[in-house]
Amino acid sequence: MFRNQYDSDAITWSPQGRLHQVEYAMEAVKQGSCAVGLKSSTHVVLLGLKRSAHELSTHQKKVLYIDDHIGCAIAGLTSDARMLSKFMRTECLHSKFAFETPMPIQRLVAKLGDKAQVTTQQYGGRPYGVGLLIGGFDKIAGPKLYQFCPSANFFDCQAMAIGSRSQSSRTYLERNLSKFLNAKRDELIIYGLHALRDSLPNNYELTVHNTSVLVVSANEVCKLIEEEEIAKLLSQLESRSKREETIEGEEVGTKKDSEQEQHERDLSMQLDE
Amino acid sequence: MSLVQPEMRPHYPDYATAPTQHHFSPYADNGGSVVAIAGDDFVVIGADTRLSAGFSIYTRDQNKLFRLSDTTVLGCSGCWCDTLTLTRILTARMQMYQQEHNKVMTTPACAQMLSTMLYYKRFFPYYISNILVGLDNEGKGCVYSYDPIGHCEKATYRAGGSAGALLQPLLDNQIGLKNMQNVGDSKLSLERALAVLKDVFISAAERDIFTGDSILINVITKDGIQDYSFQLRKD
Repeated sequence: MFRNQYDSDAITWSPQGRLHQVEYAMEAVKQGSCAVGLKSSTHVVLLGLKRSAHELSTHQKKVLYIDDHIGCAIAGLTSDARMLSKFMRTECLHSKFAFETPMPIQRLVAKLGDKAQVTTQQYGGRPYGVGLLIGGFDKIAGPKLYQFCPSANFFDCQAMAIGSRSQSSRTYLERNLSKFLNAKRDELIIYGLHALRDSLPNNYELTVHNTSVLVVSANEVCKLIEEEEIAKLLSQLESRSKREETIEGEEVGTKKDSEQEQHERDLSMQLDE
Repeated sequence: MSLVQPEMRPHYPDYATAPTQHHFSPYADNGGSVVAIAGDDFVVIGADTRLSAGFSIYTRDQNKLFRLSDTTVLGCSGCWCDTLTLTRILTARMQMYQQEHNKVMTTPACAQMLSTMLYYKRFFPYYISNILVGLDNEGKGCVYSYDPIGHCEKATYRAGGSAGALLQPLLDNQIGLKNMQNVGDSKLSLERALAVLKDVFISAAERDIFTGDSILINVITKDGIQDYSFQLRKD
């Protein structure tokens, strides 16, 4: 992105009719690691690729619980994501308190959009630098997946991937879209894991430490999946044909490398989230 | 009816009749009693299911025990509208705590929070007699009783509500073994606690018009919460 003379604050239009600060905020989303969301006729699955700043710290949380029927995956500025998820949680609690009903997802995303729009029209502030994939199960509308952008736009999606190198994930999702509608729970998660893996460079791999998965459905309260179950699901992924060429001396289909090698790879991955 | 002679009635030229004052009370007493007894690894709480107003009965089948978590139950009696709002706010606060700290609120923490919540309304109180029960951090049963403005006291047993004053002395004698001679200091078993609870409510239904119909009992142990129901006099 090049610098312009119309990009110093969020309230200045450029002569081409663009708000550059908003567009720069969308770039911040692309700096975050990949997050994937997809839905079937009964389940919604959100996945995130967790990064760790260095060996000593834990991996950054990518997928969050919002309410029993809503979860959210984040990409971009984590601190902004925390504020927005706190907002979403209190709105959901309020809906239960005042109306004795779980918050409809479209209404929640619309409220989020209204909140974010203010930041694109005020001097002295900045837009939120985080993109969200909000997935949930509505009794009336069924499973829903929304993409939320810093521009305060939101889109109802069948499947979506955001974050760095997410184009490959989106390509995978587009190619396999017809298979998602009738997929069973575990099948859907495996499709999601394939999509997430496609955002990784060839010599990197999904492990239980850098993958987080969240499932929500009519019968399943929104919950992050445990490490054992993730390990089982990861072992069912198809091997990547590309990997065979680039990795020397490694058995085809190996899913777990030695701890040290994995740490080194985590370190050398793009770090600014 | 005025006791003043017609000639001595005050004359208000601007009024057709003498001015009258209407008084609106924001409170209603919907009756009911709550009793709780704690043991070493359990706690039982029972509440009657009658909701009344004056000499009328609203319903014979109202549950006055509110499950706040897997180890904490709140029993409320008094003003029913205040009860509904207090329990809804409490449930929301407990969920906020869970989301903020990633763990379920413990019973002692909840007890303290309820005390502060009640005191916030010091000058327009919740007209409720609260009893909060649960298992504390070591798994021991505990009973916290409150007055309407948040005074909190941890005890082993407590009776509250319209028949509270009738039942508390009975509990003092049977559970606290007060004013008894030659009684062994044996551990309180769950069966005895339940038996005393039922007897105590039967006695209350005999004399207190606001207590009756049936009781709902919750038994909290480390295995969870169990419900029991027991019929009482319906008059």
